[in-house]
Amino acid sequence: MSESDKSMHSGLLAVEGVWWKAIPKQEKLWITIAFIWCLILFAMMPLWHMRGGQNPSGIRAKVTPAEYVERVERFVEDYKVGEDNGFPVVEPPAGAHIYLLARMWQWYPVLKLKKNTKYILHLSSADINHGFSLFPLNLNFQVVPGYDYGLKVEPNQSGDFRIICNEFCGIGHHTMVGKVIVID
Amino acid sequence: MIQTLQAKFRTCSVTGLKVNRDSELLIKANAVIAVVCLLVGALAAFGLVLTRWQAIHLLPADWFYRFLTLHGLNMLIFFIIFFEMAVLYFAGPVLLNSRQPAPKIAWASFGLMVIGMLLVNTMVLTGNADVLFTSYPPLRAHPVYYLGIILFAVGALVVTGLFFASLVVAKREKSYSGSIPLVSFGALTAAIIAAITLVHGAMTYIPTFLWSLGYMELDPQVYRLLFWALGHSSQQINVAAMVALWYFLGAVTVGGVVLNEKVSRTAFILYILFISMASAHHLLVDPGFGPAWKVWNTSYAMYLAVLASMVHGFTVPGGIEMGLRLRGYTQGFFGWLRKAPWGDPGFSGLMLSLVIFGFLGGITGVTIGTEQINIIVHNTMRLPGHFHATVAGGTALSFMAATYYILPLIFQKRVSFWPLAKIQPYLFGGGITTMAMAMIYMGIFGVPRRLWDTSFSNAPFSVEFHPVVWVTQTIFGIGGLLAATGALVFVIIAVATVFFGKPLTPESIAKSASGIPQGILKLPPQIYSGSEVQNVHERGAKGTVILVFIFLGCFVLYYFVNWKILSFVWKVG
Ligand code: HEM
Ligand SMILES: [Cu+2]
Ligand SMILES: [Cu+2]
Repeated sequence: MSESDKSMHSGLLAVEGVWWKAIPKQEKLWITIAFIWCLILFAMMPLWHMRGGQNPSGIRAKVTPAEYVERVERFVEDYKVGEDNGFPVVEPPAGAHIYLLARMWQWYPVLKLKKNTKYILHLSSADINHGFSLFPLNLNFQVVPGYDYGLKVEPNQSGDFRIICNEFCGIGHHTMVGKVIVID
Repeated sequence: MIQTLQAKFRTCSVTGLKVNRDSELLIKANAVIAVVCLLVGALAAFGLVLTRWQAIHLLPADWFYRFLTLHGLNMLIFFIIFFEMAVLYFAGPVLLNSRQPAPKIAWASFGLMVIGMLLVNTMVLTGNADVLFTSYPPLRAHPVYYLGIILFAVGALVVTGLFFASLVVAKREKSYSGSIPLVSFGALTAAIIAAITLVHGAMTYIPTFLWSLGYMELDPQVYRLLFWALGHSSQQINVAAMVALWYFLGAVTVGGVVLNEKVSRTAFILYILFISMASAHHLLVDPGFGPAWKVWNTSYAMYLAVLASMVHGFTVPGGIEMGLRLRGYTQGFFGWLRKAPWGDPGFSGLMLSLVIFGFLGGITGVTIGTEQINIIVHNTMRLPGHFHATVAGGTALSFMAATYYILPLIFQKRVSFWPLAKIQPYLFGGGITTMAMAMIYMGIFGVPRRLWDTSFSNAPFSVEFHPVVWVTQTIFGIGGLLAATGALVFVIIAVATVFFGKPLTPESIAKSASGIPQGILKLPPQIYSGSEVQNVHERGAKGTVILVFIFLGCFVLYYFVNWKILSFVWKVG
């Protein structure tokens, strides 16, 4: 055994000779276990795509803000059933494409959905980035102008929900609250 | 000739290192500006805490968002990067015993960075850049704001270049023999990552600057991709610099050793290999990217960068344990921990940084960076909860701990207000831990980050948070105030020491005068040899083995609990 094998040094000293040495057994054990854990962390994501119910995949497309605003207006005209606090309330049929608009500083329109029914919820912005946060469920998605994010959703409980904006969008950010009603 | 060369160096009475005057002055200048930026960030932090704490709600909306911008920039960018520049000058020329390459260029780049910093702060404070530090377009700041960031980044890029030059100079002039020390190797990793990061920075800010002048279009999603290629890679610089300082502090405070050079160096290299993928975990619920891209990138190609941190998480405490065992603290599993110098702020800061970064920052970070789990986390208070644990409790605290050694070693001063210095890491670390945990808890209940009015009193529809949120807010407020006070105390100690501190002299060391950390009073052995080494090495770091398995247990539990919570929400896909 060479002299250097019998000595240990701190990280402040330059290392003489070859430092590519066998790994001691405790470290080897930890590195192996940590690596296996990393593989599990990785595998969970594809697994959830196959087995789990919540994935941020969506139908993704580009759309200009003007086109999107127009699409939302058509959606509101088609399915409007009432008004709430100045906002149109819109009740689309099962399976419909829902178009929700984020703009400074509103979520437009108010949505009325049925429990255990599938919809495709489109999100986009008329101006800058916003954050879609369904309260109190805590379901969050980024809303980016120029991009249409179409998410398949299926409400599993009825009640009154809110949409909070959780991306900074200017001085009125804290007033940007929308509403979703889910009926049985 | 030899005379003039010698005049450029002094020999450090503690470490025996030859310290050249140019590098020394550059370290001082960068460290002082870093502390000034920390002061600005900490003052802004008081405003943020006292406003988000709804019971107090101090600032008006515009000033809250302005303070938020100011805090993000001065903490995350200016304080951290100026300090890292000081670390590069230290780990390069000083640790390698060599001269400072191109001192004039070094000063010019320092000037550039200071000008950039001043321009940015002026724009923010005059209300010309209410865009938060992320400045997502089409949100637009004054062009001078982007110009300031570019100048700052160019300066920093030149400093990393000078660090590489110092390695070449030291090698060529044979100021050391063999391979560079591990601490310098860690700094080298940080510098390489910094160079890559700053290229992303140019790709982000030059087009944005031109866009702000009206010369070109900018895609908001592409900006987010590039911004986070910059923004997250720069966090990897912080991690590498922090880990390098952990090794440094382990060595100077208790004589910690390197368990295995191959393991530690390979782990550093893993950081370099996988950083450019880090942008993805900020974009997991963005519309512009598909699942395969998200999964592969957010995992840094199967979590190899996480593996690197888990390796350092063993080798740093393991090396400290081994060093203490070699010095005779061999009782049981944790005798070394009980006998450790907890009154030395260099040591307590190191250990708190390690624990807060690993247990709080690391576990939450990997969990919320999981593609699907991010759905229940994105842009909630869990985000600032997580990153205050990594970048404030981890990186910033390790920088503070290192400062208690840099003050005597480089500034040659005894630390002022020493009794206060001894408790400062506990104050700051404890405050950040309390605040971060409260933020995480609020985030689980859906409280958003970056929000002036948590009561949403002017919104068209009312938002009623679970009552526990208001209790948590009080804890958040108290933790935040403690942390900001801890930062302020640090600034006061550092400034008082630099400008009014008593000199560190051989006599003051001999008398064990106040204000001298114990590693400076008597530097622990940096190399151990003899038959005892073989024995201790054979038995290994038993205490650390137990600690890392407790860590793994917490990690597994937190991770799967989050999957469980996710499974309750609406089906979405
Ligand atoms: C001194 C103690 C500190 C306190 C009390 C504190 C407190 C806070 C608070 C209350 C927020 C606002 C959270 C929100 O509403 O979204 C915040 C944001 C932030 N803090 Fe700190 N912080 C501290 C130290 C630090 C340090 C040392 C760093 C980095 C080195 C840091 C980096 C940030 C960043 C990047 C943000 C996000 C800004 C944004 O969302 O635009 N903080 N901090
Ligand atoms: Cu918004
Ligand atoms: Cu907003």
